[in-house]
Amino acid sequence: MTNHWIDLKNSDSIFIIGCNPAENHPISFKWIEEAMDRGGKLIVVDPRYTRSASKADIYAQVRPGTDIAFLGGMINYALQHDLIHKEYVREYTNATFIVGEKYDFKDGMFCSFDDQEKVYDLKTWAYETGPDGKPLRDLTMQNPRCVYQQLKNHYKRYDIEMVCSITGTKMEDYLKVVKNFCATGRPDKAGTILYAMGITQSTHGTQNVRAVAMLQMLLGNIGIAGGGVNALRGESNVQGSSDYGLLFHLLPGYLKSPEFDNADLKAYVEKWTPKSSDSKSANWLGNTPKYITSMLKAWYGDNATAANDFCYDYLPKRMGSYAYDKIMTKMGKGELEGLVCMGMNPAVGGPDSGSARTALGKLKWLVTVDLWETETSIFWKRPGVNPKDIQTEVFMLPAASSVEKEGSISNSGRWAQWRYKAVEPVGQSMSDLWIIDQFFKRVRNLYTKEKGAFPDPITKLSWNYGNGHEPDVHLVAKEINGSFTKDMTIVDKDKTLEFKAGDPVPMFKYLQADGSTSCGCWIYSGSYTKDGNQMARRDESDPTGLGLFPKWSWCWPVNRRIIYNRASVNPAGEPFNPKRAVIAWDGLEKKWKGDIPDGPWPPMKDDKEGKYPFIMLPEGHARLYALDMKDGPFPEHYEPVESPARNLMSGVQNSPGVKIPKNVSSDLAKFPFIGTTYRMTEHWQTGGMTRSLPWLTELVPDMFVEISESLAKKKGIKKGDKVRVTTERGSIEAMALVTSRLRPFNVEGKQIEQIGMPWHFGYAGLATGDSANLLTPSVGCANTSIPEFKAFLCNLEKGGNKA
Amino acid sequence: MGMSRRQFLQGGAIAAAGVALSGKPAEANADAPVTRIKGLKASTTICPFCAVGCGLLVHTKNGKVVNIEGDPKHPINQGSLCSKGSALYQIAVNERRLQKIMYRAPGSDKFEEKNWDWAMDRIALRMKETRDKSFKVKELNKKDNKEYVVNRTDGMAFFGGAGLDNEECYLWSKFARAMGVGQLEHQARL
Repeated sequence: MTNHWIDLKNSDSIFIIGCNPAENHPISFKWIEEAMDRGGKLIVVDPRYTRSASKADIYAQVRPGTDIAFLGGMINYALQHDLIHKEYVREYTNATFIVGEKYDFKDGMFCSFDDQEKVYDLKTWAYETGPDGKPLRDLTMQNPRCVYQQLKNHYKRYDIEMVCSITGTKMEDYLKVVKNFCATGRPDKAGTILYAMGITQSTHGTQNVRAVAMLQMLLGNIGIAGGGVNALRGESNVQGSSDYGLLFHLLPGYLKSPEFDNADLKAYVEKWTPKSSDSKSANWLGNTPKYITSMLKAWYGDNATAANDFCYDYLPKRMGSYAYDKIMTKMGKGELEGLVCMGMNPAVGGPDSGSARTALGKLKWLVTVDLWETETSIFWKRPGVNPKDIQTEVFMLPAASSVEKEGSISNSGRWAQWRYKAVEPVGQSMSDLWIIDQFFKRVRNLYTKEKGAFPDPITKLSWNYGNGHEPDVHLVAKEINGSFTKDMTIVDKDKTLEFKAGDPVPMFKYLQADGSTSCGCWIYSGSYTKDGNQMARRDESDPTGLGLFPKWSWCWPVNRRIIYNRASVNPAGEPFNPKRAVIAWDGLEKKWKGDIPDGPWPPMKDDKEGKYPFIMLPEGHARLYALDMKDGPFPEHYEPVESPARNLMSGVQNSPGVKIPKNVSSDLAKFPFIGTTYRMTEHWQTGGMTRSLPWLTELVPDMFVEISESLAKKKGIKKGDKVRVTTERGSIEAMALVTSRLRPFNVEGKQIEQIGMPWHFGYAGLATGDSANLLTPSVGCANTSIPEFKAFLCNLEKGGNKA
Repeated sequence: MGMSRRQFLQGGAIAAAGVALSGKPAEANADAPVTRIKGLKASTTICPFCAVGCGLLVHTKNGKVVNIEGDPKHPINQGSLCSKGSALYQIAVNERRLQKIMYRAPGSDKFEEKNWDWAMDRIALRMKETRDKSFKVKELNKKDNKEYVVNRTDGMAFFGGAGLDNEECYLWSKFARAMGVGQLEHQARL
């Protein structure tokens, strides 16, 4: 989230698309309702009439996987009716930038696509630059090659008739949504967009997110109170786990993991440090050398020196993708020996989970660390297999629960909140911290005693977390925050600051690229300072009245509660909306008041020191036109890989960059219905944490599929009947839930039914049931590989084995 | 006579309705929340389910969790909880929780109980064997037909982290990369 949960109360229009917070983030509705009590309107766009929809002022139905058409139409409407926030768009987005002559778009394809490799040549989409290297701009936005005109041209095809024929939305509903939300383009109005997996789980998921962000840029809704681009994260610490780089392409703090041709630290820094020749651009990631060097110092301590490239050689270098789907394919081919699952359950949680279960049996060894038996830890005795045929050695380790250990987690609004240990772990279970510590120490012992492949990255790793039974979590938190490795004098404007070796770094501004600082994760620098553990703070004061609660816990970066907040003021530093000022420049005191600003510099208008607000991009301006997406600078509508419709927008059916697996089918004779998966209040994720809790299993004891009244009538199905759902990947049986909440979609004049199903069930735990992911396709987003769980084709018949 | 949870809830609803009508709290009895937690130690925690980050209070007695409820001082949830958050007590106190280290030998049809030392030593051995066998110092790039130093272990994958604490995620990340594991992924990809 650019903003945070309590900030929802500041919104005039809350636009929910691709999430269902009343169901999946129930307490967030406290703040949505607070906004509604103050006159704010709630819009819900969803294939189903959800719990959130039942509270909405405006509901519009959309066919799964057609979000770009829906949002593209809104972009078009805002542009055609001149509802955009002009000053914001001109000053803070790249609308004024001139695109190079090579850029082109024709019949669904952007220019320079390599048909064999299935990739675009991104260089041809570059800005046109002047002799000083700066992108050329036209502040009148009249140049036909400026982003504003290109944008207008691209989305003029997304007129309301075209959009509604793709999305199946009723035109009157669509117009209500568009008119209400686009009215937040005024400087004194705030609109927020909330989304989750309904937007991301798509073969064009990243472009769905971009379409959300672009609409918010045009309406001037990013950086302001009650605005923002807000991804509602589904797991208690999936924000933190992403922040700490538990993805193949990342290191902590969203630094990139090195690629094979980043041969040394210099080459790494050269590749991943963005450059800008514009003095008004803060280009914050220009600090990358400081962050990677400080991380290497945290990892390799005194062993990391300038002479040995700070042990950069010890980091593994990637070649190609090791995204989840790629790993599972390799596992299925028997190319992996071992797998460790820390609270993850691939036998239920991933796409095409039947193949995943087979793949687990190709492993030599498997370690699961969880609070419960999960489908993954007992995959070798799952229904329908003979354990004797499975040669995988399985270690099932018991983990402590969240009330049996101490540490922090980061919520969706980036608040890192400290938790305390209330009791000892049950039985012999242990904290994950202890378990990881033991993995490391025992492997290190082996490499110290015996020969082995390149032992140095392990034997030289700095690992000093006290002498207790388990690592001292406070020492880990301090290493993450960072410290000085030698005595330092730093001149910061008119102040001279003295630091001793070992002192905590106050914030990431003080990190250095020469080894004089260490910091495990730069974005968390400032979380544990000389003033103590900032994440444990519980001060209930709210001086702005906006609900920022600046002294409650701590939020990254540098306790900034609303990011990009320099875009909430005009170039002179005056709030666009003085009634909900996030920050404001005090000209007399020469400083910002309110939230922590996105950098200390004076307002953008200041000739000498002013900076553009979007400090994480080298051009300093939010990108209506993107330079680094694999599938195009503008989001373009393509159909999901399995779809009942042809692409009405162009002759290109699916996103061109997506590699389509064999086991998908759009044969409507075999699979006439749209299937979609989702979550519910009473269960969570793969069910490990809920299906063994008597209170919750009593509330929702069975796997079910939701079908419309019209389909039920056609198939002769009553509520509670057993039904079988089948796709090209597999087949499940479940109880039918006949409901008016589901309605068929209008697809080119035909009524196409939808089947909705939760994905929480499996064969382990107290309440069991078939897993919806046996049905879902393993095909992912062109940019991120996130699977297309939300839109696939299936069949449904009455009866099952148990019927 | 035993009472089902459903009957209990119905009773609770009637009692709550009584309070609403009279406007006065019902008289405290042995089961009333106030009496149940009086004088007990309470610590704060954050809900382990979704990422709203609601605060809860955990009451303990003689080293056991006896009650968990919403933290009224927490600015996000102000004491309220959803059905999952309200059920956190049943994670802390649940006979289905794993309490032992279990091992399943190749081809076996059952788990056997082991101790931490045995299991951890054997896992470390497996990790080392796989790392030694699959460690790639160099890899050929097919596009330019050149070899590059990659120092990577391709024989194993590490999954998970969205349910771990930040400090655990950090050590997991640090350990994985020190092992040379490139195949580090978690729930955020799904």
